[in-house]
Amino acid sequence: MDSKNLTLALEPAAGINRPLALTPGQDLWGYVASHLGRALLFFITCSSVLAVFLILVFVIVRAVPFLTDYSISDFLASQAWHPTSDSPVFGALTLIVGSLYVSLAALVFAVPVGIMAAVFLSDIVSWKIRNVVKPIVEILAAIPSVAYGFFAVLVLAPWMQKRFGFSTGTNALNASLILAVMALPTIISVAEDAISALGRELREASYGLGATRLETIVKVVLPAAHSGIIAAVVLGMMRAIGETMVVWMASGNATQIPHPWWDLSLSIRTMTATIAGEMGEAPEGSSHRSALFAVGVLLLTMTFVLNVVSEYFLSRAKKSLGNN
Amino acid sequence: MKKAIVGMVVLGLAMGMAVQAETLQIEGSTTVGPIADAFAEYFKKVYPDLDITVKKTGSGDGAAALVDSRCDIATMSRFMKDKEFKSAVDGGVYPVAHVVAMDGVCSVVHPSNPVKGLTKAQIRDIYMGKITNWSQVGGPSMPIVVISRDTSSGTYETFHGLVMEKKEMGPGVEYVNSNPQAHARVRTTQGAIGYVGIGFLDRNVKAVKVDGIMPSRQTIASGVYPVARPLFMFTNGYPELGSMVHKFCTFYLTEKGQELVEARGFVPLTVY
Repeated sequence: MDSKNLTLALEPAAGINRPLALTPGQDLWGYVASHLGRALLFFITCSSVLAVFLILVFVIVRAVPFLTDYSISDFLASQAWHPTSDSPVFGALTLIVGSLYVSLAALVFAVPVGIMAAVFLSDIVSWKIRNVVKPIVEILAAIPSVAYGFFAVLVLAPWMQKRFGFSTGTNALNASLILAVMALPTIISVAEDAISALGRELREASYGLGATRLETIVKVVLPAAHSGIIAAVVLGMMRAIGETMVVWMASGNATQIPHPWWDLSLSIRTMTATIAGEMGEAPEGSSHRSALFAVGVLLLTMTFVLNVVSEYFLSRAKKSLGNN
Repeated sequence: MKKAIVGMVVLGLAMGMAVQAETLQIEGSTTVGPIADAFAEYFKKVYPDLDITVKKTGSGDGAAALVDSRCDIATMSRFMKDKEFKSAVDGGVYPVAHVVAMDGVCSVVHPSNPVKGLTKAQIRDIYMGKITNWSQVGGPSMPIVVISRDTSSGTYETFHGLVMEKKEMGPGVEYVNSNPQAHARVRTTQGAIGYVGIGFLDRNVKAVKVDGIMPSRQTIASGVYPVARPLFMFTNGYPELGSMVHKFCTFYLTEKGQELVEARGFVPLTVY
């Protein structure tokens, strides 16, 4: 190598003597462009937050005429829902109880199955099989809810009537089973993510101390992932409470509270089905329409509270992993 | 690249403006829906440029759409309520009713149910929850599964007015949202009783006599059957003579229209 090549390689790049940060005076176009881009991205982010906020405001504003006229204790505690009679009565207790009943029953079916499936996918089965099965489980979440509704009314209801001798097949049990199937992919996915994220060290330490596989899973892995599992269950419950089409078709929509509280073979009605079924009929500006918006406010508060709870548990899960 | 995008946008707009075919929006009842569908199919054959959409979500929805001027024709299986009429007139829409056919609301039970007839009072008590077992009305000992249409339905309004006499239904009544769904529920549930328009009667469900009268074309057309009703198409004002809306609303007077109405199981208004 001669000295000529060396000098060529060491020639400084163009503009290398410029200072790193230019003042607006030196580079006006760059300054304006960077701030404009920043404002544009901020605006786009704001509009999505604003959309959620505006939905909340819209529903509350439409519900206020009803909430100020009608006594709130009657609304929340009365069982009579007769919106179209000559003297309308709006008692949402049957709707609230119906929604909670069906969601909790769905969780009773879905949580054990979901957590066991999550444990199976993360701890017991090989990596290759897990990578095939997990996407298939997530496809279950993509089936349209009205397809589930049709299945519930046309297949599950007659089968239940024949098999269990129920007088009616469109009842709380039918709706709970279908809601459990719909909540399952959410629960499995989130719980499996939480359990896998614990890492190998925890499990290897447990095996190193002589624990069997069952003891490791039950006493070490599940307690360590409990925040993520709780978050998964809460998300599943959110899915179940917010589901409309399935309960509208499969639950029978009778405005009643089941007489012995454990009798799942009776028809019930949920808040979501009431809003979906009656909104089209309620004339604009009537107390019926405001009452439906008030039911919507109830629904929004419930899902909001569940959302906050799940966020809390998810952040606890992330924090505990961060400490590891 | 930019030129291609601009070119495609302009081409899309031009195509959109060129296909400026006439459209006809029809919304409303699930009972009158099949009639509107049959008319729409025939119209599409005769006028291929015509773009007809028929939505079937309930008479209440149809009235609301006409009031908001979202549709040209609102099909309804009941007359407009005072409140709907008032909001229509307040909004500058003047509803005009055209009666296109007669319908009967039939009480149906499962084909295996031996009960042949019920009085109006018995049906009312069943829906109010006072009679809960088929043995109380002459059937086998089975709990009655009561099925009704939801409140946005014209079929419900007719039943509520003529059979229930405006009394409230009991708490154990199940609600479904369309005639086909009510039919499916009664077809698959042994202890069920429901009500459907006569166009939905077939061999899978059994109609019971109401006050001793079997629902049929003759009894409905002559008004003998107690739960008979006219089916309406509402327009904003009387439609302009010769326009598509006018042709559609007066189609039931033609022979072909009568044939279509009868084929769907309803009772045509004129005798030809």
